[in-house]
Amino acid sequence: MQSFGWLRPRSVEEAAEALGNLEDPKLISGGMTLIPTLKQDLAAPSDLIDLGAVPGLAGISVEGDRLVIGAMTRHADVAASPIVREKILALAVLAGGIGDPAVRRRGTIGGSVANADPAADYPAGVLGLDAEVVTNERVIPADDFFVDLFETALGATEIVTAVRFRIPDQAHYIKFPHPVSGYAVVGLMVARLGNKVRVSVTGAGSHAFRVNEMEAALEASFKPEAVAGIIVDPDELMGDMHCSAGYRSHVLGVLAKRAVAAIASPRP
Amino acid sequence: MKVSLTVNGAAVERDVEPNTLLAEFLRENLRLTGTHVGCDTTQCGCCIVHVDGHAVKSCTVFVAQLGGADIVTIEGLAGPDGQLHPVQAAFQEFHGLQCGFCTPGMVMMGADIVKRHPCADEKTVRHELEGNLCRCTGYQGIVEAIMHASGTKVETH
Amino acid sequence: MGQFGIGQPIRRKEDVRLVTGGGRYSDDIQLENQLHIHFFRSPHAHAGISGIDLSAAREAPGVHHVFVHEDLAADGVQDLMTDVDFSDRDGTKIRRSRRPVLARERVRFVGEPVVMVIAETREQARAAADLIQIEWEELPAVASSVAALAPDAPVVWPEFDNNLGLHWELGDKDEIDAIIAGSAKSVTIDIVNNRLIPNPMEPRVALAEYDAASDRITLYAPTQGVRGPQAGVARLLGIKKEQLRVISPDTGGGFGIRGKLYLELVAVAWAARKIGRPVKWLSTRSETFVSDYHGRDQVNHAVMGFDETGRITALHAETILNVGAYMGENGPRLPIDGGGRIIPCSYDIEKFYFSVKTVYTNTVSTDTYRGAGRPEANFLLERLMDLGAEACGLARDEIRRRNFIAPAKMPYRTQMGLLIDSGDFAGSLDMALKEADYAGFPARRKESEARGKLRGFGIGSFVEQSGGRPVEEMRVRIEADGSASIFSGTFSHGQGHDTAYAQILHDHLNLPLEQVKLIQGDTDTTPAQGVGTFGSRSSMMGGVGIKRTAEQIVVKATRIAGHLLQSDPEQVRFDEGVFHAGHATVTFKEVAKAAHDPARLPEGMAPGLDENWVYNRHADHFNFPNGCHICELEIDPDLGTVEILRYTAVDDCGTVLNPLLVHGQVYGGVAQGLGQAMLENTVYEEETAQFLSGSFVDYGMPRAHHMAHIAAYFNVVPCKTNELGVKGAGEAGACAAPSAFVGAVVDALKPYGVSHIDMPVTPERIWRVIAGQAA
Repeated sequence: MQSFGWLRPRSVEEAAEALGNLEDPKLISGGMTLIPTLKQDLAAPSDLIDLGAVPGLAGISVEGDRLVIGAMTRHADVAASPIVREKILALAVLAGGIGDPAVRRRGTIGGSVANADPAADYPAGVLGLDAEVVTNERVIPADDFFVDLFETALGATEIVTAVRFRIPDQAHYIKFPHPVSGYAVVGLMVARLGNKVRVSVTGAGSHAFRVNEMEAALEASFKPEAVAGIIVDPDELMGDMHCSAGYRSHVLGVLAKRAVAAIASPRP
Repeated sequence: MKVSLTVNGAAVERDVEPNTLLAEFLRENLRLTGTHVGCDTTQCGCCIVHVDGHAVKSCTVFVAQLGGADIVTIEGLAGPDGQLHPVQAAFQEFHGLQCGFCTPGMVMMGADIVKRHPCADEKTVRHELEGNLCRCTGYQGIVEAIMHASGTKVETH
Repeated sequence: MGQFGIGQPIRRKEDVRLVTGGGRYSDDIQLENQLHIHFFRSPHAHAGISGIDLSAAREAPGVHHVFVHEDLAADGVQDLMTDVDFSDRDGTKIRRSRRPVLARERVRFVGEPVVMVIAETREQARAAADLIQIEWEELPAVASSVAALAPDAPVVWPEFDNNLGLHWELGDKDEIDAIIAGSAKSVTIDIVNNRLIPNPMEPRVALAEYDAASDRITLYAPTQGVRGPQAGVARLLGIKKEQLRVISPDTGGGFGIRGKLYLELVAVAWAARKIGRPVKWLSTRSETFVSDYHGRDQVNHAVMGFDETGRITALHAETILNVGAYMGENGPRLPIDGGGRIIPCSYDIEKFYFSVKTVYTNTVSTDTYRGAGRPEANFLLERLMDLGAEACGLARDEIRRRNFIAPAKMPYRTQMGLLIDSGDFAGSLDMALKEADYAGFPARRKESEARGKLRGFGIGSFVEQSGGRPVEEMRVRIEADGSASIFSGTFSHGQGHDTAYAQILHDHLNLPLEQVKLIQGDTDTTPAQGVGTFGSRSSMMGGVGIKRTAEQIVVKATRIAGHLLQSDPEQVRFDEGVFHAGHATVTFKEVAKAAHDPARLPEGMAPGLDENWVYNRHADHFNFPNGCHICELEIDPDLGTVEILRYTAVDDCGTVLNPLLVHGQVYGGVAQGLGQAMLENTVYEEETAQFLSGSFVDYGMPRAHHMAHIAAYFNVVPCKTNELGVKGAGEAGACAAPSAFVGAVVDALKPYGVSHIDMPVTPERIWRVIAGQAA
């Protein structure tokens, strides 16, 4: 691993200033993706800016129709939170399925969302629950946030401070874990928000995306059969040596049906 | 940079490079070699220690992130009188180890699991071990040991 | 048999140390003044080296030395060449590769070491390696054995014209083919037995120091026995064995590959002497993926004939082994001595043709990995039996029963000359069927169907050959305080010899287990004819060695006791740790003390109770672990995912020294077998031979949640050719699990008309079968 400088700012403003002034800095929160990347010498930042000492970035609260999760909140805390479990159980399930228990103990929602790993779980939650990504500069709607592989709408000095999820009427998250790595081959969230339905997918494409055709079909009739036959073109999906794009497309269809079924006729 | 933390109950203060991983720090600076490193992709869990009471992969944390933290390694898990932690004792009782290389990480993970899951069932334990690899035991003795230590009745030889 | 003796599930003596962080593995050792080594490895699968510029690397911070092949050659370091000796049927000798320690002129696989950098810190050595400039002349490359046999394939060794290293044959092909053609039924199968990466959890390490005064190198490294690496490294360095001390401290798993002569050991030992400072190389996991030996990688084709009653008439089998770019220590021994000699496995087959081709490719070398040829052979036979059952209209258990080698036919000599002494194959099958509740399976299948799931039941009978090399030496020394030290040639690296050997000794000397100490892994103390631990040999070779040595100790101790009791030794009886002569007694402990005091010994008797015994095993006296494993699983037909519901293992490991340890060996073997069957796959890009599965993120290691509880049972038939009656245990699971699992998958997929599915059986492969696409 290359050497780098270390900054431990005491406020978001201080962190943003450092982001603007240093040569090639990177933020570190939990580090669950960044540290493995550094260990493989796949990144060589000049400095790391540790958000661990910035007060007020971790925490879970309800504000109106939104569940607000601070950027430094760990996956394990989201998964175990009584508030999250009560308001959006699907989000607690999603957080409880990220990585493994030791990774969930360190990894944070802000880090996951800002990193936009194509196989990360949170992006499906952010898109599916019509969230807002709050930064030190503005509020970014979920639909504008994920741009491409590891690419988001965040500017150079922008820092995610919280994610504000809309509390849905109903939601379900279902994941097909990679047989080898456990990452999402397909992670799919279905959420009912008033008369709107959102279907969001992570793992299958270069970044999280919504399946508009499924959403329209479910808004017309919220039944598993409504999404049967809606196929996401494999040409738009990723493939690897274990799971081809064609298989991912198939899995996506199966998971969509199952997620809808889980909402439409929940098991006792 | 200077860091201070507590390791196995003792205050430790050291000058480290910012890129020092906790696993390296334990093994090379403090010579606590019970913590092992079995991979370079955060997959195997041989390096798990407790940070402020929770299982963490020490190969994927910088010491710089841990100012003031309370670290417990495999060397510090047993009681001061040498009394084995129930998970350690159960690993011997249920033959939860062979070569012993993954064992420190497994035991530290197991100690975390039994805290969070009293009377854990087999499925829970297997799922909770998602981040720990063992190549010798087929996991059977490990799963049984952790179940037993959590208070679940397990048949023994 | 005492309370702590043979057969008891004694908890391991070594565990308290290992569960408290007290293990001492090679990387835990730091030598004063040590420098760190990083190997620069080839990024190309096949390329010429037309120039190397090391100037920038030499100038890098902390760098002390940068060495290439010529530096080692100047000191007379030799190439590695396997000593295997086989010929084609026409008498042409095997074409053997030469492997230099560091690449010479050309690289032949991704990961081949080219330059050795030595620096103050590991990180500095690694950073300096980035500054090495090499002019490469890229060459076309080939990864798969079948592709490498094509007439226009890139050639790995131009001096051999093509990539075929050996075409070995046994039996009369025309005769066998005629028998099969004339049989009532015949079945054909083609199998790719997937390449595996053994991945012991401890990555490889080598640490060496040189003492100029004694002109001696000390090398610390994890091995499976120190004598082999000592001889090999010394030979390649051109020094006497006595000039190299090899020490293996605690070792984190072996699985066959750890016992090999790795060239990094040679390089590190050479460097320590060359620069006069201790040097350490610690591999990363990414590095072990391209530098540890790989396993399996066979392509099998077979045809089997059956008569009207389902009896096998003949077998025609062909195996292609991918040996990698350089033939490992064993090469063709894997399919021939490992696999071919054990064929026909569990079945009585008199007519057999066998062809083995070894092929060079631009990949990592393959060598012995848990089972080493026997898992491949058993998998082939079991798949054929399942196909035969279908063709003959018999149940899968029935066709096996009709073809098993019957106990009455034992000792049974296989076509290649192995003498199977004992085994109750049908009994193990019946026991497994009963424990797995075969009778209840149809009802369970119905219940799965009602939930939309496909349920399957698979049978994996197996027999394998254990014992390995026919020599081993053990020594037992009784100390003056009555405790015992065992000096073993075998090398425990997870098997629990500390405990098992103490149990054997306990039966003879009645010593408390904690008074027995195992000393292993140091050429200064390991018996001269010690070999090591592989091929599931230690219970037999080490166990019998301990027994015989203990008997010798009792003989001498009895003489001393007779002297102390002033009685004729013939009249002295040894019982539960006490010598009796009439009413007079003396304890073993007192005798031990006396043994170290020349004044208290019979005239002319040398002091001490220190015996050793060399086990020179008869050529026919292997042992044959066998049994039957059953896997029951459920497939989700929408996704192709598999859940193992029940796994039943019946093993005949002969006399069981310690059921806890033997079950542990079975579980571990099953996990590796299921790993091969479900998950593990080594992937090279076919066009470029670039390596694609180089980390635990890409290579599927079995995890706790992939596995199911294994219900394990013994069907003990003591081995007749060793006096303990033991058979091996370590490799059984890896031989049985692949066929039990794949058999169950194929059974579950019966409605889709599939007769075989290659490993690893991934969800996508299953989905493709169900979707009617090529798997």
